[in-house]
Amino acid sequence: MSKIKQENRKSARPQDGSGWSRRTMLKASAAAGVVTMLTSRKTLAQSLPPIPTQPPDCAAPAPTNSPATTPFVQALPIPPVAIPTILNPFPTLAADTANGEAARANHQDWFQFFPLLQYNVSVQPTMHQFHPQIPPTYCWGYNGIYPGPTFLNIYGVPVVVRFHNNLPVDNIGFGDNNHTTHLHNGHTASESDGFAGDYWSPGLFKDHHYPNVYAGFNEFPPLGDQLEAQHTYWYHDHRHSFTATNNYRGINGMYLIYDDIDTGFEFPGQGPQALRLPGPYGIYDIPLNFTDKLFCANGEMFATAPDAVPGGTDKFCVNGAIQPYFNVQTRKYRFRFLNSGPARIWTFNLSDNNGNPVPMTVVTTDGNLLPSPVEVISTSSVPTLTGLTVYVSQRYDVIIDFTNATPGTSWYLTNVAAQFVGNAPEPEPAPGVNIGNVVMAFNITGPPPSPDQSQVPEVLTTLPNISKPMANLFGTRVWNFNDDVVGAEGDPANPTGKVFNVNGLTFDPNRADATVQQGSSETWLIRNRFPGTGWTHPVHIHLEEGRVLDRRNITVNPTTGVITINSQGVPPLEQGRRDVYPILPNDEVLIFLQFRDWFGKYMIHCHNLGHEDGLMLVRWDVTTGPSSTVTSPVYSDGTPNTGNGQVNSGAQPNITPALTALAPTFNLNPPGTSKLNRPGLKGSKKGVKA
Amino acid sequence: MNRRDFFTCHVADKSRPAASLGPGYYSNGVFRTHENKPVRFYDDLIKGKISIINFMYASCDKYCPRSIACLTKLQDLLGDHLGRDMFMYSFTLKPDEDTPAKLAAYAKGNGARPGWLFLTGSEYDLTSIRFKLFRLDDPLLDFSVDIHASMLRIINDNNSRWTSWVLPDPPRLIREAVSWVEPTKPFAVRVRENAELQAAIDKESVISAPKRAEFKRAHGWPEITAKYENPDGMKKLQTLFHAGA
Repeated sequence: MSKIKQENRKSARPQDGSGWSRRTMLKASAAAGVVTMLTSRKTLAQSLPPIPTQPPDCAAPAPTNSPATTPFVQALPIPPVAIPTILNPFPTLAADTANGEAARANHQDWFQFFPLLQYNVSVQPTMHQFHPQIPPTYCWGYNGIYPGPTFLNIYGVPVVVRFHNNLPVDNIGFGDNNHTTHLHNGHTASESDGFAGDYWSPGLFKDHHYPNVYAGFNEFPPLGDQLEAQHTYWYHDHRHSFTATNNYRGINGMYLIYDDIDTGFEFPGQGPQALRLPGPYGIYDIPLNFTDKLFCANGEMFATAPDAVPGGTDKFCVNGAIQPYFNVQTRKYRFRFLNSGPARIWTFNLSDNNGNPVPMTVVTTDGNLLPSPVEVISTSSVPTLTGLTVYVSQRYDVIIDFTNATPGTSWYLTNVAAQFVGNAPEPEPAPGVNIGNVVMAFNITGPPPSPDQSQVPEVLTTLPNISKPMANLFGTRVWNFNDDVVGAEGDPANPTGKVFNVNGLTFDPNRADATVQQGSSETWLIRNRFPGTGWTHPVHIHLEEGRVLDRRNITVNPTTGVITINSQGVPPLEQGRRDVYPILPNDEVLIFLQFRDWFGKYMIHCHNLGHEDGLMLVRWDVTTGPSSTVTSPVYSDGTPNTGNGQVNSGAQPNITPALTALAPTFNLNPPGTSKLNRPGLKGSKKGVKA
Repeated sequence: MNRRDFFTCHVADKSRPAASLGPGYYSNGVFRTHENKPVRFYDDLIKGKISIINFMYASCDKYCPRSIACLTKLQDLLGDHLGRDMFMYSFTLKPDEDTPAKLAAYAKGNGARPGWLFLTGSEYDLTSIRFKLFRLDDPLLDFSVDIHASMLRIINDNNSRWTSWVLPDPPRLIREAVSWVEPTKPFAVRVRENAELQAAIDKESVISAPKRAEFKRAHGWPEITAKYENPDGMKKLQTLFHAGA
């Protein structure tokens, strides 16, 4: 089947422009009418108490446990869809500071990707009830809801989103009323990327331009390289030093982009290129935003300090509900797993009503289609496929097939990772699972009203050819994610003593620690400093997704002291494109990155929100060139960077000679898979001046 | 905590800011300043103030000198706030070594102005506040002495806002971090600052924009004048909205 499909896709795409007929669209609308959801939310909101001007006090003493809650008594909430509007004042190329827009550089390629849709989003306080047995909780959220509204967009439809900061002016307690939003990991220009230092204060707004294009649109006009498609994004607060508290307060949501391959619909007749994964959104395509919280008896979220959130807590929330249930029909569903932090690492297992493990089929990693689906199950002979481990900010689109489930029974999604805050997840020692570790239940109701037309093709995509741009390599840039404490006592290679740092550096919004020339590609080596404290760092890089070339583990012989670097190859779930690269203690990962289309400042940082707030965050810039080869330039005010990591990076030069020859095992382009037709959508050069 | 502390911690105190976490949270142990004056942690150091707190010891020659030098520069940036509504506290990590007299000499040697106190006390009280303010839940970090020379805690008791920064780092960054716990500035001031920031960005763009344009020309990027209209995509999006919402 897959072979044929592949052939079809190749031949049919140029002729089949849209793949959408009026008939199919009517069908879709009809199908949607069957299920009216998202209305229950309104009635709940009406019963909530008024929003206090300041968060209520958490009654002393500090709780060690949340109030008891009964699992599976509330339905899984589905975030409503963001609705476009007409903005007033009308969005402009330059920041409209006269009307209260926050300072920013002019939008890049604004007229080329002139927004066809406008959204108005207010970041504001709200009351949200996480469980019927816990009083309503003071939260912050996009448009006053948690999780924020889900954006549904199509590649090729540029939009502008106006984020109003309506947080309290004199906020007390945890969370900061300065705000910036990052669309993770949109191919967006720097001024719309939500750079951590570009936050704006209450009363101001900022327009973010989301062109919804594939990377490489200058090389492959007009919309870029469709092989760079990414489908599952999330948007969240990125104000530095307060990202953990602001996200814990609830400032995050999801953003999905479809195209003519991942269409969001499952019915036939959308053209042979359509994957027809389960859909549409809210019915068979369900976001699952996982987070964990600790509640006081009065419903207030507990923070360990006014600027810190607990790393490991006792209440598992999905889309803002504690241990919800979700009614499913006996058919396939697409679930979009998101770990929205702040620190927990989840390992999910799915079991049926008899406790037997059930496989989950992963189709995308961080929103990027895998070359072919990968099955994970709780009892696998391949360690990397045992359970689905989701580090902070990672996304996995998972197909769960309930076709053979027995109506009237329930399946359970369980977290089996024992939590040592920020550490590597460890398997639960005992086979029995505590009810508190069950994240949610799937109640099987019965057969679907109409037959399941969705499918999970064996070939989902092909990966962009990265062997050709390898010629451009400037070299390998090394990023040491350190927690400098182990060697602190008299360690000459450890001069800063800063707890969280990258190459000995901490965040300075006005200083770029690396500059990369526009249009180039590099390999980056991301390393968890050896020996480390045992913390895991899920490292995130803005702008473009990368390809994992190699994973390595560093071991030291206890008797001889010889350090060995063991290549481990690329695990199955990292065969595709990623934007979060977890590095476990003593691990390093070699990735390939391209820097295309946009200029300006971007970041590489640990996405454990607490580490990020501890300034484990580095700014790097895409410039007209040339690329820098050192990490420690002077500060923007001209003073030399004295608190630097020169000794650290001296032992490991920041930039090494280009990797001209990679071992064939790196498998840059799996043989036997052909490229999709490159010009992608419509194949035209509309709007391009010859 | 002695018996008196136990009572004072839980008795309502009208002089304390309404939003304060109070002595029950911060503890209220007695420390001794480099001027050899006894002070209570909450009542005399935290209550109603913005406090900038770090740990050090006088004989520390590896990390502390640079951290303290950075704080010396920070003093100037705090201006006349220092000693009025903002205070800097450097607690010792080695109370056995650091007597008030020794700390006084250290303060003088580093040019500490009034409002910057160097404090010593009992090992128990020092460890209590160190864990309260700087705990990372990792034994390697929490029991390492040297690592604390790099940590800075900034507290405003009036609105219970905290933040932190690292040492050594450019003092302007630390001054900015202190401003985050201060009450939000009036809207008119923030609008003016926003306009100033915009002017700085525009000034930078004057230099970078021609470079970028030149780069695009030199690399043969397509020059796109017409916007990319996508009626088909809009239609699809409409369908998605119908289905989802």
